[in-house]
Amino acid sequence: MQFELTEEERMIQKTARDFANKDLAPVAAESNKTGEFPEAIFKKLGELGFMGMTVPEEYGGVNLGTFCLVLALEELGRVCASTAVAVSVHNSLVNWVILKHGSEELRKRYLPDLATAEIIGAYAVTEPEAGSDVAALRLSSVRDGDEYRLDGTKIFISTGDKAGINIVFGRTDPKDRKGGISAFVVENAFPGFSIGKTEEKMGLTASTTVELVFEDCRVPAGNILGGEGDGMRIALGALDGGRIGIAALSVGIAQAALDEAVLFAREREQFGTRIIDFQSTQWKIAEMAMQIEAARLLVYRAAKLRDASTPCPKEAAMAKLLATRVANQAAFDALQIHGGVGYTKEFLVERLFRDARAGEIYEGTSEIQRLVISRRVIEEYERMFPTE
Amino acid sequence: MKIITLLKRAPDTEARILINREGTGIQEEGVKFVISTYDEYAVEEGLRLKEKMGGDSKVTVVCVGPEEATEMIRTALAMGADDAVHICDPAIKESEPFITAAVLAKAIKDNGFDIIFCGKQAIDDDMAQVQSILAEMLDIPQVNVATSFEISESGDKAVLRRRIEGGDEKVETQLPVIISCEKGLNEPRYASLPGIMKAKKKEIRTKALADLGMADAQGEIRSKILKWLPIPKGGECKVVEGEDVPTAVKELVRLLREEAKAL
Repeated sequence: MQFELTEEERMIQKTARDFANKDLAPVAAESNKTGEFPEAIFKKLGELGFMGMTVPEEYGGVNLGTFCLVLALEELGRVCASTAVAVSVHNSLVNWVILKHGSEELRKRYLPDLATAEIIGAYAVTEPEAGSDVAALRLSSVRDGDEYRLDGTKIFISTGDKAGINIVFGRTDPKDRKGGISAFVVENAFPGFSIGKTEEKMGLTASTTVELVFEDCRVPAGNILGGEGDGMRIALGALDGGRIGIAALSVGIAQAALDEAVLFAREREQFGTRIIDFQSTQWKIAEMAMQIEAARLLVYRAAKLRDASTPCPKEAAMAKLLATRVANQAAFDALQIHGGVGYTKEFLVERLFRDARAGEIYEGTSEIQRLVISRRVIEEYERMFPTE
Repeated sequence: MKIITLLKRAPDTEARILINREGTGIQEEGVKFVISTYDEYAVEEGLRLKEKMGGDSKVTVVCVGPEEATEMIRTALAMGADDAVHICDPAIKESEPFITAAVLAKAIKDNGFDIIFCGKQAIDDDMAQVQSILAEMLDIPQVNVATSFEISESGDKAVLRRRIEGGDEKVETQLPVIISCEKGLNEPRYASLPGIMKAKKKEIRTKALADLGMADAQGEIRSKILKWLPIPKGGECKVVEGEDVPTAVKELVRLLREEAKAL
C-alpha cells in the first residue's frame, strides 16, 4: 500500500492548489455573492487541462485518471465548492459516459471541445418524480426517423444552462421500467430545448441549478449513447465516479473549515486567552483533523480502484457518505469556533456551512449510500456464509 | 538562441523555518520546498523570450542542488523549459556563492549560452551574490533586479528597466548577458497538466563535479557559515498610557531617557 504521492501527482496537486488560491479564490468570493457564473475560470481550467482529466490524448485530454482528478477536486473544493461541482460533473460524468459509451463520431465531435472547456458539459437525470428512484424517470424519447423526439422536463440540473451539451436520460420504452431508459447527447442549441426555472439555492451559489424543458426537441439518432435501453446501465456505470468526485470536493470543504477554524482560534481571545488554548476548541480540531484524514484516504482508495477499472460501488459510496458527513460536521464545528461572526457572510465558514449541506443530497443521498453499502456488505456475507 | 534559466530549491515562503539543533542549517522535516520565487520569474521570462524568438530557441534549466531539487526542475520543464542540467554532488553541501557560481559557470559554458536569467536572490539565504560572481566568471555584463525586459529585433541587444530609489532605470545591454529578475517582471505561468505529462519525457542531465572536470570545488570556497542562529526574541512591549496625549508623550520621553537610555 502506497501512501506517498508521486512527483507527478504532487505537481498536479500544486498546480491545482496555486490556481485555486491565486485565480479562483478572489473570483469565488465575488461569484458566490452575486451568483454570477465564473465563465473565465472554466476557460483557464480548460487551458490547464483540468477539464479533460480522464479523456485520452487522442481526444484532446490529458488522461491522468480519477486519482489525479480527486487531487484537483479537493483543491478546488477547498476554495469554491460551486466550481468544483461543475468540474466534477464535467469530468466524471459527462466526459466519462461519452468516452465509455459514445460512438467514435460522438467522441470526436464532443470530447475535444469538452476537454478544453470550449463547452461545458452537464448531466440531466433528475425529474420531479425521479430523484433517488432513477428508474421512475419519464422524459419521453420517441424515435422518429433519423431523430429522437424528446418531451418533458428535467430539474435541479447543475450548470445545465451554461453548458454546451447536456447528457439527457429519457424513456424509450414506457413498459420496461429499468430497461426502457436511454441516454442522449443533447446540444443546448438543438431546437425544442430551453431552460426553465432557475433554482434559488441555499448554497453552491456560484453555480446555477436549472430546469431543462424539452418541447418536441429533435435529437439526431446518432446522438444516443450506447443503444436504446442502455440508459440505466450507463447511469449506473458513471455513478461511482460521480460520487468519488463529490466526496473529493467535500474533503476540500472540510479542509477549508479546519484551516479557517485554526487560524481564527489562534487570533481570537476570550477570558484573557486565545480560544485555541481552550480544550473545547482543541478537541474539535483533533476530531476534524482525524475525520478529514479518514475521509481523504477513503476517497483516495476509491479513486485508485476506479483507475484500476475495479468495480467499486461500496468504496465510492463509503467515501461519499463519510466525506460529505465530515464536511458538514467540520463546517458546523468551524462555525461554532467562530461564534457570532461565523454566522455572518463576512467569514468563509458561513459559505462552507451552506455548501457542505448539498453534499449529503446530490449524487445519491446519504440514505442511498447506506443502502448501497449495506447491500454489498450483506451480499459479501451471503457469499461467505450462505443461508441454508 | 540558447537561453539559460537558473533555479534553486528553497523552502516555501509560507513555511515556518526552524534552525536545526546543531546550528548547521534548517529543519527540513515537514517543510515544503518550491522553486525559489524569483527564479520562477526567471523561468517565465526565459520561456517568453523563447516564444518570441521561435526557431530553434531553447530554454535550458541549470540547477545546483540536492537530489530532491529534481521536482523543482521537473516543474520548470512542465512550465515549458526544454531540458535541464542538474549538478548534484555530495561535495557541494553548503550553499556557498563561490562554489555555486563556479559550478554553474562550468556547466553553462559546456552547454553554451546567449542569455542567462536568474532570480535577484534566493528566498532562503538572501545572499544575492551568485549572479554577480557568475557574470565575472563568464566575463559578461549583468543587469540586476530587472522589472522589464525587451529583446531587440536583431536579438543581440536587450533593453531593461530596473527599479531604483524613486523611479526606474532604463538599461541597454549587449548579449550575452545575465539578468536577475525582480517581482513584477512577469506573472509566471502554471505548470499545466499537458505540460506536466510532457515534462516526464524531457531530459535532465544529472552531473557530479567530476563530470564537469571539477574534482574538488573546495578551493573555490571564499566564505564559511559558522553557525545558524534563531532570530532573538523581541523585548517586551510597553504601552504608555496617560490622561491625555501631552501627558503620555512626556512619560514616553522620560522612559526613553531614563529606562531605555535612548535619548
